Amino acid sequence: MLYLQLFLSFCKIGLFGFGGGLAILSLIEMEVEQYGWMSSQEFIDIVAVSQVTPGPIGINCATYVGYTVGGIWGSMLATFAIVLPSLIIMLSICKAYFWLGKRFKGNLYFEQSLRMLRFTVIGLIAAAALMLIKPTTFIDPVSWIIFGVVAFFTILPNFYKKKVTEIISHPILLIILAGLVGLVVYLP
Amino acid sequence: MLPLIQREVVDRKGWIDEEEFLNMIALAQAAPGLIAVNSAIFIGWRVGGWKGVCGAVLGAVLPSFLIILAIAMVFSDWKELPAVEAAFKGIRPAVVALIAAPLVKLAKSAMKSTEYRVQNTDRSALFLLVSLAAALLIWLGHVNPVWVILATIIITLIVCFISSSSCRSAK
Repeated sequence: MLYLQLFLSFCKIGLFGFGGGLAILSLIEMEVEQYGWMSSQEFIDIVAVSQVTPGPIGINCATYVGYTVGGIWGSMLATFAIVLPSLIIMLSICKAYFWLGKRFKGNLYFEQSLRMLRFTVIGLIAAAALMLIKPTTFIDPVSWIIFGVVAFFTILPNFYKKKVTEIISHPILLIILAGLVGLVVYLP
Repeated sequence: MLPLIQREVVDRKGWIDEEEFLNMIALAQAAPGLIAVNSAIFIGWRVGGWKGVCGAVLGAVLPSFLIILAIAMVFSDWKELPAVEAAFKGIRPAVVALIAAPLVKLAKSAMKSTEYRVQNTDRSALFLLVSLAAALLIWLGHVNPVWVILATIIITLIVCFISSSSCRSAK
């Protein structure tokens, strides 16, 4: 029963995951939350590991959540399930594309829907971030300082594009630095 | 990820040309699911049909899968260590920031791709109300995001059918 739930959830995530890694991450969080598979802390830890590991973050996160919920079989099932809708949809698109050749042009209505979806996905990611702000994850004022500093350096390259800001804004570096701060502040 | 794919597939192996690669990005981003996996399916199909798809998808997924599996197995033993717990107390707010902060860039590019002009002034920022509504519905209303996504598609299609001029203005 658990495996069926896991499979259906990740199929759903694969099917409705428009707009890249963060959107998929948000959908995974919503499913995790709904079924109570793990605590917010556990989920954030998984996202942190997924960020610093090479490879698509959606796959990393699906594999890890699958493993936590249902062991090795769970991880295989979740990874397979998140890819399956892509396989079906993308293969159909490929067939149409190669059959129509250069005449293939996106449908105007469809394009407009995708454009609007980008705004919906922004809301979805914002909701995911808001849901992760809890007393268990933001334990004291230091948490908010870390949040503010990391957010600042991530946003900075949008307004001040320099080599230095691009290096500082790298997520892996920021996670490592936050980990070091955690060691200094919280290690008894 | 995409620059890496381009270097390998277009420059080194010459499986598809530049123009086809750009088409591939458009399709891989439009289709639901992971962009890396969608790209792998497109290139696999182009190069070797069904077998190509199997090979490319396995190649895109397997390294991540194995690395994460190994980490997950080890990490469950380490989690109790005081040092690891302390480090993750610092990392957790950073991760939330890494999820929230890219919203600025996403909002900028979403507004850029949508042209909505009222008397020659750009009003595409109004579409951020869609984002706000979606966030509130999901966060406070506990609406399943799938419904919000479906509603966005359906409402946009209805608006397009009623007044096709509002769709044509898009770039």
